[in-house]
Amino acid sequence: MDLVIPKIDVVSLGPELILSIAAIFVLLVSVFLPKGRKDPAAYLSLLGIFFAFVSSIFLWGNPRYSFNNMILVDNFALFFNSIFLIAAGLSILMSVNYLEEQEMSHGEFYALILFATVGMMFMAAGSNLITIFLGLETMSISIYVLAGFFRRSNKSNESALKYLLLGAFSSAFLLYGIAMMYGATGTTDLKGISEYLSKAAYLKDPMLLAGMGLLLVGFGFKIASVPFHMWTPDVYEGAPTSITAFMSVGVKAAAFAAFVRVFLYSLWNLQPDWNHVLWILAVLTMTLGNVVAISQNNIKRMLAYSSIAHAGYIMIGMVASSELGTSGILFYMLAYAFMNLGAFGVIILYGRKGEENLDINDYSGMGFKYPGLALLMTVFMFSLAGIPPTAGFVGKFYIFSAAIKSGYIWLAIIGVMNSLVSVYYYLRITVMMYMKEPVKEFAGLKWSPSMAIALIIAVIGTLLIGIFPSPYLDLARQSVQLFM
Amino acid sequence: MIPLSYYLILSAVLFTVGVIGVLVRRNAIVIFMSIELMLNAVNLSFVAISKHLDSLDGQIFVLFVMTVAAAEVAVGLAIIINLFRNKETVNVDEINIMKW
Repeated sequence: MDLVIPKIDVVSLGPELILSIAAIFVLLVSVFLPKGRKDPAAYLSLLGIFFAFVSSIFLWGNPRYSFNNMILVDNFALFFNSIFLIAAGLSILMSVNYLEEQEMSHGEFYALILFATVGMMFMAAGSNLITIFLGLETMSISIYVLAGFFRRSNKSNESALKYLLLGAFSSAFLLYGIAMMYGATGTTDLKGISEYLSKAAYLKDPMLLAGMGLLLVGFGFKIASVPFHMWTPDVYEGAPTSITAFMSVGVKAAAFAAFVRVFLYSLWNLQPDWNHVLWILAVLTMTLGNVVAISQNNIKRMLAYSSIAHAGYIMIGMVASSELGTSGILFYMLAYAFMNLGAFGVIILYGRKGEENLDINDYSGMGFKYPGLALLMTVFMFSLAGIPPTAGFVGKFYIFSAAIKSGYIWLAIIGVMNSLVSVYYYLRITVMMYMKEPVKEFAGLKWSPSMAIALIIAVIGTLLIGIFPSPYLDLARQSVQLFM
Repeated sequence: MIPLSYYLILSAVLFTVGVIGVLVRRNAIVIFMSIELMLNAVNLSFVAISKHLDSLDGQIFVLFVMTVAAAEVAVGLAIIINLFRNKETVNVDEINIMKW
């Protein structure tokens, strides 16, 4: 028997390897740091993120398979890499002071964020269902720990347990879907599946359709689409706020990356079958997210329901299943990363230990006391609501126009009506900040350089993408042409 | 020679037992065991299909799944123990600070 040693192309794994090494290094270094002063670990992980970003840029425009077709490093994966790195970088910047204030400053926190990012990258780059599953689990297991990181807080514990049980439950469904796919097509390779399905005779195989349905359930859990969304508000509310921010952007983007890759590429020939299901799920997701968000009084819970609604908007891009729709998804994810991380950053800065200021009424009168912070929050809320000239508006514009071009006019109309509903609860915060008298004394903000940098990056990103969208849209366009 | 469908039916039954366990039982550890049962039901499918198709992919996949399941158990039990320290219960009905 011949043993063929595969060609190992380490360079193609550059970002993942750099981040893994940085994470291990952070773990080592943090042992030697004094207790409660772990911020050098944070700066070290930011350095790792920076180099991973640079190596992603070097890989741009040169799509290739590596590791025996297990991963595909194309622009699609690299575009998502940059979203993950932005999410991880901004979350780390926001965490430094937050953790110290909560007396939970440990180096493992940063290492786990980096490991979760590595998992996300493997999900986006996976060209085999095995790689996608392993990436998903690497990401999820790190996030389970991070959600329960405040180990003395009952809320954080509860959030971790709920996420763990439902996350593991959903990955079992995903795995069963993979097994069915494997049984029906005889391979777990995405390209192999797509080639097998190009012969129309196999398309009615019940095992194949069952596999597709189970994959839909598995991914639906991770992107928090209705009816698999029940965990989202509880987990988002209980987890440390910077981790909520990281989850709502990173996990969602990674799940969408794998979802798009599997459904719009491998299962393309089954598109007539899954398209109707996704149409209905997109409408339900948007509507439920927006309607329930209206009645929320906790701002983290409100943003959790708003993130469900945003998943619905992004699913419109998948239903459109055109090049424009897919590039719309990439663009929207990038815009969403900046605006959502920014909004959570303001929430972190506004709270302090023992007085989290998470109730929406706590925001009344904030505009008089802290005009700068209120202005930032207003920009992020306008962007989430989709009001020009912010990134959120352009993202919604591209997704809805993709839906109209593919002939889904009703879907676009429902989407626009939903974003009208969403304006109510986003602007409610703005109204609270500027038009209500304060209900309580403010104890003063604790600005820190890292938090200031994070908020400035987020607000610049939100406005820049909103005012000059074309370069970013070009990047997104270049990223979807490359399903080899 | 036992036909493939027998294995797949057994695996589907085990998976369903796992799903029912997750939905019905109230002890966090039993729920966790039910999830493990679901994963192992899938493993059975993988091995049977792999044998049937005469391809190794499925067997390799099973090894990965077992590794992942072990990692998940480590983290999961840590979370459950930590919860027990704080609240002295593993009954999921009592873990209900947050509700909509």
